[in-house]
Amino acid sequence: MEAWSRFLDTFFNWAVIERYLPAIMKGVVVTIEIAAAVVVTGTLLGLALAIVRTFRLLAVNALIVVFVDMFRALPPLVLVLLVYFGLPNIGINLPSFVVLWLVLALVLAAFAEEIFWAGILSIPKGQWEAARSTGLGFLGTLAYIVLPQAIRLTVPPLTNRTIAITKNTALGTVIGVGEILNQATTAQSFSGNATPLMMGAIAYLILFIPVVVLGRFLETRFVWRRV
Amino acid sequence: MEAIVQQFFNLAIMERALPLVLAGLEQTIVICLIVIPLGLAGGLAFAIVSLSRLRTVRWAAIAGIDFFRAIPPLVLLIFIYAGLPFAGLRPSPLTAVAIAFFLNTSSYYGEIYRAGIESVGHSQWDAARSTGLKGYQTLAYVVLPQAVRKVLPDLVSNTVEVVKLTSIASVVALPELLYSADMARSVTFNSSPIVLAAAIYLVMLWPIVRLISRLERRVAA
Repeated sequence: MEAWSRFLDTFFNWAVIERYLPAIMKGVVVTIEIAAAVVVTGTLLGLALAIVRTFRLLAVNALIVVFVDMFRALPPLVLVLLVYFGLPNIGINLPSFVVLWLVLALVLAAFAEEIFWAGILSIPKGQWEAARSTGLGFLGTLAYIVLPQAIRLTVPPLTNRTIAITKNTALGTVIGVGEILNQATTAQSFSGNATPLMMGAIAYLILFIPVVVLGRFLETRFVWRRV
Repeated sequence: MEAIVQQFFNLAIMERALPLVLAGLEQTIVICLIVIPLGLAGGLAFAIVSLSRLRTVRWAAIAGIDFFRAIPPLVLLIFIYAGLPFAGLRPSPLTAVAIAFFLNTSSYYGEIYRAGIESVGHSQWDAARSTGLKGYQTLAYVVLPQAVRKVLPDLVSNTVEVVKLTSIASVVALPELLYSADMARSVTFNSSPIVLAAAIYLVMLWPIVRLISRLERRVAA
């Protein structure tokens, strides 16, 4: 009984919860804002790059592939530190949340480009030829025939990747973005109690479990693609 | 231009930071050698449990997978590293990293194995069992080899993610590649050591990323 009440006191301390709930909620809002900005800009940029790639301009495509590969191979935290500490020394000062948004959006764009491109490639040539033979132009074929089919295929992998990258908003704590984890660790060191960490973890669970379950649903809905 | 080269590609500073950064690389490799096998084994366990005939067991396994997929790994790591001492346990940075990574990567690997096993037709099980193989033999000799083949690109791709993820160990002061590079940065006030670390990550992972792109196309085709 003694141990149990000590456990509650350390991890579910009511007084601490009451005191730090507003801070954690503020963190939740920041996390949602950055996540939304990352998801929108990242997937749109990824789609734009995949579309540019269909024009098959050799030099441009080489650049896209290099960009995509680099941002898939580098750990996001390396990029965050590089941009956050590097740019001010060459005269560019960006607020920390902009750095986080920029890095995560570029990382998501790289992964999204690769997924969209794989989707576009998986549409049989016959679809292109049939569409062109009806008199649709290249862009018309892409917009009305190829992309609608391709994007359907990309929904499950893209959802899972987007969730994984969105969770990286927690990296913002390293450069002082006031998101959930940052608020939680600050509150933990002020209160000398582990409850804020528990609150932070629960806040992430409330935010992300629905999306993870949605991802799982989409995966069964759009069927395991590999035969 | 001059300033950019000075700040990001300063060879003199890179040369000075190299021994420290290489020591960090060694530590990163040690972490990988611990967490990747642990994750692969834990993932297999998760997947096998999630195939159980008992509905409650199955659901518990899937709930566990979703739970650890929903928590950002850095949150899990900090919770273990900074939270457990309050409960009287003091994990070293390496132990904390190993526990956090085990929970996080097992759930991802588990989900991949599960998808692979489910994609193997049920007739394979029936046929194998009818030849007299026991349940676990069917799994080991018939189903898993086919399942792993199907999800190989995903397994490799997740392994790349795990290697990249080891960089968050720097947050709990484990002197791995990024931590060492960041130390060198804060001493020299110059970002070149981080560029050096980034280059090392690229050299390690770029070939694998290329390989994944090709594997994915081949399986998709």
